[in-house]
Amino acid sequence: MNPSVNAGHPGVLLNVQGLSKKYGDREILRELDLIVESGEFVCIVGPSGAGKTTLLQCLSGLSAPTAGRVVLNGREIHETPPEMAIVFQDYSRSLMPWLSVLDNVTVALRSTKLNKQARHERAVAALTEVGLGDHLALYPWQMSGGMQQRAAIARALAYQPEIVLMDEPFASVDAQTRADLEDLTLALKNHLGITVVLVTHDIDEAVYLADRVVVLGNRPTQVVDIVEVELGAQRDQISTKADPKFSSLRSRVYRGIRGEAPTAADAVEG
Amino acid sequence: MKRVKLLAIEAWLPIVLVTVWLVASAGSGSLYFPPLADILHEVRELWIFDATRDDLLPSLGRIGVGFCIAVVVGVVGGVLLGLLRPLEEALRPLLEFLRATPGVALLPIATLFLGIGDEMKIFLIALASVWPILLNTIDGVRSAEPVLLQMARSYRFSTAGKIRFIYIPNAAPGVFAGCRLALAIATVVMVVTEMVGSPGGIGWFILDSQRSFNIVQMWSGIVVLGLVGYALNLALRLVESRVLAWHHMKNG
Repeated sequence: MNPSVNAGHPGVLLNVQGLSKKYGDREILRELDLIVESGEFVCIVGPSGAGKTTLLQCLSGLSAPTAGRVVLNGREIHETPPEMAIVFQDYSRSLMPWLSVLDNVTVALRSTKLNKQARHERAVAALTEVGLGDHLALYPWQMSGGMQQRAAIARALAYQPEIVLMDEPFASVDAQTRADLEDLTLALKNHLGITVVLVTHDIDEAVYLADRVVVLGNRPTQVVDIVEVELGAQRDQISTKADPKFSSLRSRVYRGIRGEAPTAADAVEG
Repeated sequence: MKRVKLLAIEAWLPIVLVTVWLVASAGSGSLYFPPLADILHEVRELWIFDATRDDLLPSLGRIGVGFCIAVVVGVVGGVLLGLLRPLEEALRPLLEFLRATPGVALLPIATLFLGIGDEMKIFLIALASVWPILLNTIDGVRSAEPVLLQMARSYRFSTAGKIRFIYIPNAAPGVFAGCRLALAIATVVMVVTEMVGSPGGIGWFILDSQRSFNIVQMWSGIVVLGLVGYALNLALRLVESRVLAWHHMKNG
């Protein structure tokens, strides 16, 4: 639509410009700018009730912004584009209880031009990739929360998007499952080279996963800090989180959320 | 073993009641309450071939066609009205009015327009039994999970895909509950229309037997009608247990 959008940023995949959202008089998002480059893992972290879900809905075209625009691959978004998939926060409600896990994934592929056989193969491959290869026939409600969220991730992967948006995907599973799912997401991202934008309220999770953390301030939500996370592509739950760099990044994000200015120490470390 | 036990739990009371009836009515000289043994004899004699062909099958045909029309109209109409809120709001008073009007009250007018043949009977069966299906479908479509609908939008489901994979499955438990009600209504309307309309059918058979003082024959018709009603309901439950297997498993 506007060829100048990508000028100067050859790798830009998602470009958010002056995004604002109001519900009546209530201002939820104020003038957000955000650039996501191809292959990046971006975490958007903010306090509870900071309109994170609203932001994700605008990014995905499920909700129209009051002002500003969201541009994916140079085209402005008005509905969820085919190269984007979403993993919803509430896995137990985003899977169809009347379909098996396999059918949940294949049905979501109907808008692709694939034939039935190809859809089936892709779904099986994606479910195998997330470790559900032996549980294809189960219904979602026969599985644990972690398995359900794996199924939802498989559905997004099978869609073969360029970018996956994840809305607090691990907020309602136990700590161990959460760590497993974080590592699964990192591994899949590295392996498939897709771009991920993940929204979370958990600072550790954001720093652990992201190449870049976008810190949101509260009411109305705006970007207060952008933190580059240089922890390398290979991360693990124990050594990465013990890294001094990790803890300084973590403090910087924390201060950002609390509305304090980044300190000189942060600037040196980050 | 579990099946046998369940069957026993369900069957013991009917068996006791039938036995009581059998014993109590044995040797009854009453014109109106003949011995059950005579009635059952009549059922065997009459209903195994002749009356089944002449009266029962046409009745089943009418209720089958009428009920199927009600299901199709109820589900299709329910999906449309469930999705098109302004249309539903405009039609709601009319629907409530029609639903509150007993179907058989329209018998006189239906006979004026459609005569006393099958058209009238099927029309009234369908008309009277469509309401619980229609209203339950509307509610089922309305109650679709918002997160699922967002999911469907984000994965670019077509409208047909949303209807097939989200709205209809979500409405299905309610639709079947509506069908069970509708089937009971359809049976009543079938009998009443047959009693009033052209000769033939089990309702007509019962009334005709009574008018010709063939009371044993009348009772045999009532017994068969009861068995048919039970069998129809059982058939519907079998279909439901297959279609809604996920629902029954999920909710225990």
